[in-house]
Order: sequence, then structure tokens, then C-alpha cells
Amino acid sequence: MIQKDLVIVGGGPAGLAAAISAWEDGIRNMIVLEREAQPGGILRQCIHNGFGLHRFGEELTGPEYAQRDIAKARELGIPIACDTTVLSVTEDKHVTCVSTTEGLQVIEAKAVILAMGCRERPRGALGTPGTRCAGIYTAGTAQKFVNLEGFMPGKRVVILGSGDIGLIMARRMTLQGAKVLACVELMPFSSGLNRNIVQCLHDYDIPLYLSHTVTGIEGRDRLTGVTVSEVGPDRRPIPGTEMHFDCDTLLLSVGLIPENELSRGAHVELSPVTSGAVVTDQLETSVPGIYACGNVLHVHDLVDFVSEESFKAGHAAAEMIQHGRETSDTIRVVDGEGVRGTVPQIIRKGTKEEIRLMFRPAAVYKNASVVVSCGDKEIARKRAMIFTPGEMAVIPVAPEKLEGIDGEITVKMEVRK
Amino acid sequence: MNDILIIGSGVIGLSTARALSRYKASIRVIDAAYDVSEGCSKANSAIVHAGYDAEPGTLKARLNVRGSEMYPDLCRELGVPYRRNGALILAFSEDDRGTIEKLYQQGITNGVKELRIIEREEILQLEPQTNPEVVCALLVPTSAITSPYEVCYAMADHAAVNGVTFGFGECVESMSYEDGVWHVKTSTGEETARVVINCAGADSAKFHNQMSGKEEAKIVNRRGQYYILDHPDVLPFDHTMFQCPTKMGKGILVAPTVHGNVLLGPTAEDVDDPKDVSTTAEGLAQVVKACKLTWPNVSVRTAVTNFSGMRAHEVHGDFMVGKVCEHGYEAAGMESPGLSAAPAVGEMLEEIIAREENLEKKECWLPAPERPKPFNEMTDEERVEAIRKDPLYGKIICRCEVVTEAEIRAAIRRPVGATSLDGVKRRTRAGMGRCQGGFCSPRVVEILAEELNLPMTSICKGGPGSELLVGTIQEAMGKEAAGV
Repeated sequence: MIQKDLVIVGGGPAGLAAAISAWEDGIRNMIVLEREAQPGGILRQCIHNGFGLHRFGEELTGPEYAQRDIAKARELGIPIACDTTVLSVTEDKHVTCVSTTEGLQVIEAKAVILAMGCRERPRGALGTPGTRCAGIYTAGTAQKFVNLEGFMPGKRVVILGSGDIGLIMARRMTLQGAKVLACVELMPFSSGLNRNIVQCLHDYDIPLYLSHTVTGIEGRDRLTGVTVSEVGPDRRPIPGTEMHFDCDTLLLSVGLIPENELSRGAHVELSPVTSGAVVTDQLETSVPGIYACGNVLHVHDLVDFVSEESFKAGHAAAEMIQHGRETSDTIRVVDGEGVRGTVPQIIRKGTKEEIRLMFRPAAVYKNASVVVSCGDKEIARKRAMIFTPGEMAVIPVAPEKLEGIDGEITVKMEVRK
Repeated sequence: MNDILIIGSGVIGLSTARALSRYKASIRVIDAAYDVSEGCSKANSAIVHAGYDAEPGTLKARLNVRGSEMYPDLCRELGVPYRRNGALILAFSEDDRGTIEKLYQQGITNGVKELRIIEREEILQLEPQTNPEVVCALLVPTSAITSPYEVCYAMADHAAVNGVTFGFGECVESMSYEDGVWHVKTSTGEETARVVINCAGADSAKFHNQMSGKEEAKIVNRRGQYYILDHPDVLPFDHTMFQCPTKMGKGILVAPTVHGNVLLGPTAEDVDDPKDVSTTAEGLAQVVKACKLTWPNVSVRTAVTNFSGMRAHEVHGDFMVGKVCEHGYEAAGMESPGLSAAPAVGEMLEEIIAREENLEKKECWLPAPERPKPFNEMTDEERVEAIRKDPLYGKIICRCEVVTEAEIRAAIRRPVGATSLDGVKRRTRAGMGRCQGGFCSPRVVEILAEELNLPMTSICKGGPGSELLVGTIQEAMGKEAAGV
């Protein structure tokens, strides 16, 4: 069995950032395992710009953003094994992986950082009835065909869901000569970034139908059309509101799910809300020595925050490898009204670092505040003109404010009356 | 000209082709579809029924019980998954108890072994997720599950290595018998043969009537909608859980699959078009509602997909197997338990045709090509060995179902190999998991293009017309710029 101090599962932006920070903290006996032929993860196919504003103060394309971390990792000499798929991670941190060149390997690690990213919800998960013809793709699959392989999946397109990849693909397909007929969103608000609604739909006169969904899929061999219906407040289709679109392609952008099959195999406790691990402010999961960061932990809106979180995970793992684990009492972070899936869920008592609580608002809140409290005691507050589910809310909590707090703290939205 | 032409490459046609490939005769199987198992055989409950359900004395009863006996050896020979998980038919009222007792008696008469009526307590002990309002149940230990399309692929391969040829995309338009030769006009030309066997599923009544010269058979297309759930850590039920049957069929079931998924369904709706395998909101809602009676905690939150299958129900109710006219044979009206009966139908037609047509056995009948164990089911030691022999076992293409590049290439190179994305999917399970091909389908399309030596834009999901890509980005831009 191969011995490593640190194994990082995934060579996307999360895995690369975690690797760089652990290396900079002095960890050398480590490896990044990447299933694709090159590192960079999903950024490789995100050829649009808008990445890196927070971290680098400039607008980069996805491949450019990834390249900065790849170049840094190469400069430091961090080993990255590509074309290598991890088959399992155990509770005692045995990582089994395969590749065509090395065959099957089992690595025993002191620490493992899970950075597998997320995947898209497919049609089957929605239960949309109709035929099972060609021409239905998740937006990310279509993006891979267009941006990495150079093929067009269709010419007349309807997009179901207004997640960011769907919005980006609306523009991409349009620029590539396709006709995007509509973007259809079940909720009364978009789940994508506002800048993408403006730059990818409005700028190209693509209509966005909020509170609508696809209720029929037609076509025996290839898609020939879809039926779109308005939905009521119960999100069920309203009879009589059907619209028909002749199209050969339906792209789905209906949500991302952290890819936690390996975490589950390692008996890492998962949150039913985020579908990612339950972690401490050190990004450590319920299994000591296994850390999680990036979209495998919770689906981020911006890669800049993925990197930020992953640097922290790398530091924490390095600290553990070099100095061992310190156990301490903990404070539980609980979602209150209007708040979904706050990460981290657990804060170590006596921490000296600023805690950044992140979550998705459950709906659109205007003129609202996020309030963190313990009983009557307010611990932190952040005001904004608008909070939307499409954008991650981040609320910093000063460590001194947590002194004397016992049990749990609650994060909730407060709307100014 | 061939000696024997089999119309239909579903489980019945293939079972017959495989059985007859033991004889000195040139055999050709044709199908309107572009792969085997594309009709009723591909989408059903995947159950090898024990044989309690069919009316005693019918062909359905006899062939079901015989087929069920043949399955364990057949699947072993073919290298296809088969598991005798047993079934429970649940009664929720004293009226239902009457049905259970009738099924029990029927099963005994049909020769089904080990049947037992069990009471609530024992049911809940066997299957704790069952609705506690259950009254009693028929326990059927000999009921089993298999993978119907994998049975078909393996039988097709086995027939092919023994000389059977296949013609796909050949839709039969008409047939006539002149001077000892069948002339079968198809969408692509003409097939001629000394003997014709009609195994045409939904079209079997039409051909029966043409061959017999009598308008006596009629098929009603009965559609069944299903949900398939992602493989859970622990299966909710080990047995196949039926409710009491109705005149439309065996009712809605909850069943484990041989691959560890959970199957819910089917509905039973009579439809005009046998190719209309779409699902409907009403049908899918009905599946969930009906499953709640068996399994109160049912949830389709983990559904990987939903689909419809078609049953070719012949209005007279029994299978039609045997000789129709001089040098004309059939297996028509093959609805459930058609999958279960298939090996016995092949055996029966083999016996009749060999006798009637004076066929002579070959000296050497090759065994089925060996089916390598799926990578997903290998031990680590077996994986090490597999990658050593073929490094492409070290390249995982489908993450959800853990399918390797070696297996995908092998599926395309099989004797009756995959030619489409769906063909690869059903032969290897690549794309059958929770992401439904989101990650692997671009790579599978590339591999198909390489193996079949075709451009990417020619690769289809199923048959022609289901191309996945409409052109290169340069072509798309060019057309737009030209104002086309």
C-alpha cells in the first residue's frame, strides 16, 4: 500500500486550491487524483468570462482561471495524477483508484480532501413525462459538446431551468447560430446570477418565463417540440395555459447536486439540505481527517468562493497532519426562517479565526438582513438591498462574538417592515 | 435465399433463432428496429414469473412454468444476471384473500412448486416495509428477476456465433408464398426463405392473419408506465411485491432489479400506436399512488428515470405458438408472461419445426461467447488482473455505474454489437445511473464514432433520425452566416 500524508480527490478549482495551500504549509507527501485527462475541472468547458473578479480583481475565462492554479501547482511541483478515477474512500482513509497506466492502487492517507464537485440533475429526476427521444441534454453536457468537442447539439432550443449554466448556454447557442426560443423557470425567480439573466437572456431577446415548466416532450426519434405550462403557487401546471414550442433541443438547467458517492462510502455524514457533508469551520467532515470543499460540499455561485473555501481546507488538513487534531466543544449552526443549508454546520468553540457562514436564501428578500443569533443575543447582522437564491449569502462572524455561546446559533432572514 | 426467416428480434424471435441454430439451416432474423430487443422485450417488469397466474390448461400456463424452470441454466450459459428473489402477492381485504386462494390453487394445478399462503405477521417479518394493513399473501419462492434486454443481447450473440445473420431496419410490408419460397417485402428490399417464423410482437396478429388467410387475431397494445429508482444502500424489498391481479394484468408492483435499483409500475392502458412509449403525468401519478398501498413510504425523489413498455395483448387471451400454414410458423400474442416463457417457446418451436421441416442437427453447436464479469462487480484482485490484461479497464467512463472504456468498446465489438448510445447503455449500463449519461455520453459518442468509423454527427441515440449532434460548430456558423 502506498502511504501519503494527503490525498486530494479531484483536480478542479477546489482540489487545486486545497493542494496549493497544503503545499505552502509544508506538506510534500501528497497527490491530487483527477479523473479527466487534464486538471481544471468544469472550468475547462466554461469559456465565458466573469471568473476571478473577487480573487484576482479581473475578469477571466474559466480556462484562464484554472490555468492560474494549474501553473502555480506545477511551479510548486505538486503531483497531479490525471486519468485516475477514485473508486472508493474508506473511513480509515484508504483511497482506491484506477488508471490505465498504474492499474489499481490503494493509498493510505493521513488526511483526505474531498473535492469531487457536483453534477447536474437530469430529466429523470424531474419526472417530466413524454417520449425519450434524442435532443434532451443537461446544459453542461451541451456545453461540453460545443466548447470542448466543437459540435452543435441542436438548432432550435428551449431551456428548462434558469440555473447559471442554462443561461450561459442560452447565449452560447445563440452566438453559435442556434435559435433559443425560451428559458422556462418553475420558480417565480431565477436560480441564476442576475448578471447572467441580463447578459445572456435580455441582451439576446430570449424570453424568460418564470413560474412555468415543461409539461410535455414530443418526438419519437429526435425531439420535435415541447409543451410549456404556467404553474400555480403549488408549482403544479395550470390547465389551459399550455404553449407549444417547435424545437429540436431541450437543455436542462434544473439544479446541481454535490457528487457525494465517495463521501457516502466513507460514512461521512451528509446534510439533507445541501446534499454535501456536514463540516466544521475547519471544513472537516464527521470522519476525522476527511475534509470537503468546493461544490462537493455545497453548490457555490462563484468559483472565487470555491477557491477561498478550499484554501482553508488545505490549511486545516496541513495543520492536522503536522500537529494532530485538537478536539474541542462545538457550537451547532442551525437554519432559521428563509435560510437554507448554512455551511459550516459546526463551529469549534474558542476558534480564533473569523467564521464565514454561507447559505442560499430560500426566496427573494428585498431590504432584508441576515441575522445570526443565540436566543436573544445577536451575534452578527448583515443588511442588503436584495438577497436571492441565485447568489450565495455570506455573513462573517467575529470569533469574540462567539465567546460564552453554548449549544446552537441560528441564521435567519429578517425583512424590514 | 435463407432456409429460415424469423420476423422479430425480441426475446421470442431470438430464443427461437438460438434454438434453431443447432440445426443445419441458414437462419436470418429481421426487425424493423435497429437493434435487438427494441420492442416489448426491452421495457417490462423484468420478472421470470413462476406460473401461478395463467389459467390452467393454457399455453401461457404450460410455457410459463417450463420457461421458468429453464431460466437458471439459460442465464448461467449466457452469462446474464438472474436472481430467484421470490415474490409476494399481497391481499388487503378478505375479498383479496379469495383471489389469493384461487391463485394458490391455480399455481398448484400449473405445477408451480413451493407455493404457500402466509399471514400478516410473517409478511412483515419477511418484508418490514410492507403496508401493515396487509391481510395475507401468496409466497412464491420460485419467482425470479433477470435483465430482459441482456437476455436478448446474449441470445443474439449466441445465435450469431452459430451462423444466424441479422437484418435491422427491415420493416416487413407484405409476404407471399410462391413455388415453395416465401417472398417477404421489406422497407429495404426483399427477403426470401423456405420457412417463415412470425415472432413480431405488436405486429404478430397482422402477420398471423396474412399467413393463415383468416382475420382471426387481433393485438391490443397495452402500455405500462414505470419509474426506476436509484440503487439505495439497502433495498426496501427483497421480494417482488405484487398486488392482486386484475383483468388488465398483474397490477402495479414494487420490485428490486438485478442491478440493485427499484422498479415501480406498470400501469395498463390500451393505446392505438404500439410505438407510443411516452409517459404521461397521469400515468406516473397513478404508479406512485398504487405503490403506496404496497409501500406506504414510497418516494420518487430518487427516481433516475421513467419509461413506458408495451405489451402485445391478443384479444383471445392465450399465446399462439406453432404452425400457421405450410412452412409458416409463429409465436404470436406474446404478452406477459412472454419473457418468462421465451426459452420454452423457443424449445417448442424448435421441436415442431425440426420435425416438420426435417432439420438435421449440426455436429458442433458453439457455446455462448463468454461474458466477462462487469468491472463494477469485480473484486479488487479481479480488477488488477483485468487492467493488466487490458489497460482500458483502468479508464472509468460512466461514473455512476462504474463502467470502463474496455467494456464499452467490447459492447460495440460483440457479435451483435451496439451501434447507438442506447445500445451501449443497455449492454454496459453506461448512462443508466443517477446522472443519466450527463458525464459519459459525450465520451461514449466519441468511442462509438471511433469503433464504427463514423463521423460524430452520425451517432444516434437509437435508430436513424435520433442523431445526437446536428453538425460541427463551424457548419452551424456557416449556415447562419449564409442566412439559411
